[in-house]
Amino acid sequence: MSQEVLDLVTEKVHSFLGEEVLAYEEPEPPEEPREEEEKPKRKKKEEPKPERPASLNFGQPMIILNTEHWSQALAEMLRDDEELQFDFLSCVTGVDYPEHMEVIYNLYSTVKDHYLYVKVKTSREEPAVASSEPVWKAGDYMEREIYDLMGIEFPGHKNQKRILLADDWEGHPLRKDYVTDKKALGLD
Amino acid sequence: MSIKTEEMVLNMGPQHPSTHGVFRLKLHVSGETITKAEPVMGYLHRGSEKLAEGFIYTQFIPYTDRLDYLNAMTNNYVYCAGVEKLLGWEIPERAEYLRVITMELNRIASHLVWWGTYLLDIGALSPFLYAFKDREIVLDRLNEISGARMTFNYMRVGGVKWDAPAGWIEKVQETVKQISESIEMFNTLVTGNEIFQSRTIGVGKLTKEQVIDWGLSGPIARASGVNIDLRKTEPYSIYDRFDFDVPVAEEGDAYARYKVRIAEIRESIKIVEQACSQIPAEGEIIHKKGARIMMIKPPAGEAYTRAEASKGEIGVYVVSNGKTKPYRVKLRRPSFVNVAILQDLLVGASIQDVVAIFGSLDVVLGEVDA
Repeated sequence: MSQEVLDLVTEKVHSFLGEEVLAYEEPEPPEEPREEEEKPKRKKKEEPKPERPASLNFGQPMIILNTEHWSQALAEMLRDDEELQFDFLSCVTGVDYPEHMEVIYNLYSTVKDHYLYVKVKTSREEPAVASSEPVWKAGDYMEREIYDLMGIEFPGHKNQKRILLADDWEGHPLRKDYVTDKKALGLD
Repeated sequence: MSIKTEEMVLNMGPQHPSTHGVFRLKLHVSGETITKAEPVMGYLHRGSEKLAEGFIYTQFIPYTDRLDYLNAMTNNYVYCAGVEKLLGWEIPERAEYLRVITMELNRIASHLVWWGTYLLDIGALSPFLYAFKDREIVLDRLNEISGARMTFNYMRVGGVKWDAPAGWIEKVQETVKQISESIEMFNTLVTGNEIFQSRTIGVGKLTKEQVIDWGLSGPIARASGVNIDLRKTEPYSIYDRFDFDVPVAEEGDAYARYKVRIAEIRESIKIVEQACSQIPAEGEIIHKKGARIMMIKPPAGEAYTRAEASKGEIGVYVVSNGKTKPYRVKLRRPSFVNVAILQDLLVGASIQDVVAIFGSLDVVLGEVDA
């Protein structure tokens, strides 16, 4: 069933944004080493394969978008489409990677009983992801928390401000490059 | 001569007995009617998610106890289950049963605390004493198996830490029998009480649409006719082996939430009884690799795992990069998501109902602030 949901979502996103989004090309297989060549002593590390933008993650459909493709209109389509009806925003997660940042929306349909991971990639320098708050109110606090702890902007959010930390807090602690004051913690 | 009136800002908390923690509500009132409500939180923020990134996987389990400290077993469970999902481990049968029994006992204890304190909030003192008396017996059982009354640190990645002591299962059966008798007494004492009904019926009404839009879960959702209980809709652990109902009400007011929680205690008792009679007499209680904590190195990957806590959907999003420490742990705390509804729910209500509405949501601040 999950594969069908994935195909359905891919089809809808294609008709919404165009075929080039969620496109995936099989990487070319590495060239066969010529026989006369000496075999390297250590096993070569395998090149990491590029991520599939539409796949099953632990049995549940997952799509990966760039932030310029993610919009409130697309979120509305996911929520309102007759066959999809993702009406319940379960969880919003932000992850900080060395090269980029990600926001993951876990969606659920209370009508159709199916799931979707929507992963939105954004840059580390100016992280911004279109807010889901106007579409699912549940996004309100969850996005504010991510803004607070990771510094990702959510354009379109009606009340984007810090929620857990004090208003005058400096920096965003969940970023990997956040300097924890070891002295203040008594660790230094 | 006309009387000058103006809107007033009323500050409730952060030190207010009815918030059961440190929580502040900024209320704009016109006369006695609320025109705007602004929850202010974060006073108990401990940076749990940041801390998780600095520990090996097992070291974070005690920190999950301190989220919703009234229902710590489910917190333990969902974190361990999230890591197990990445590892792809099979959990020994006996461990699954022990997990279900402890989780359901904890749900009973959590609902009893809510029952007692909610009535205390709206002005009835004696139910509190009854509720805590009964909760204490449940906590005794959890203490016997885990060594702690509230912060259990009982589950491990791959199973549980301790096996049940001799005679424990029989004691549990005795305990739930006692609780189910008490529930009947609570019913006579409170449910039909006219004062209680007039304080809760029609108060804090939530529609089905509001519930889904705001992502509310748990008894709050089910009291508004949204029939989602993760134990039924996506049975995790071994919940598909038990015969139990999901109590649902349609009214969506504080009284409906009360009825749903009371009915849920009865269902939990049913589950515990069945689990106690089905549990294998002996067997492994932890996956053989789980006992060696430094061995836990989930392959790179990420997954969202959710479970039904007493407050609603608790979830964890674990990202692993194949090392001994998690790369990222996101905690979806039900109270944090549920408390957002106050912005909508309190508008139009009168001041006297604030505590009755807030209490009916069953929010735990340790979980809101993480």
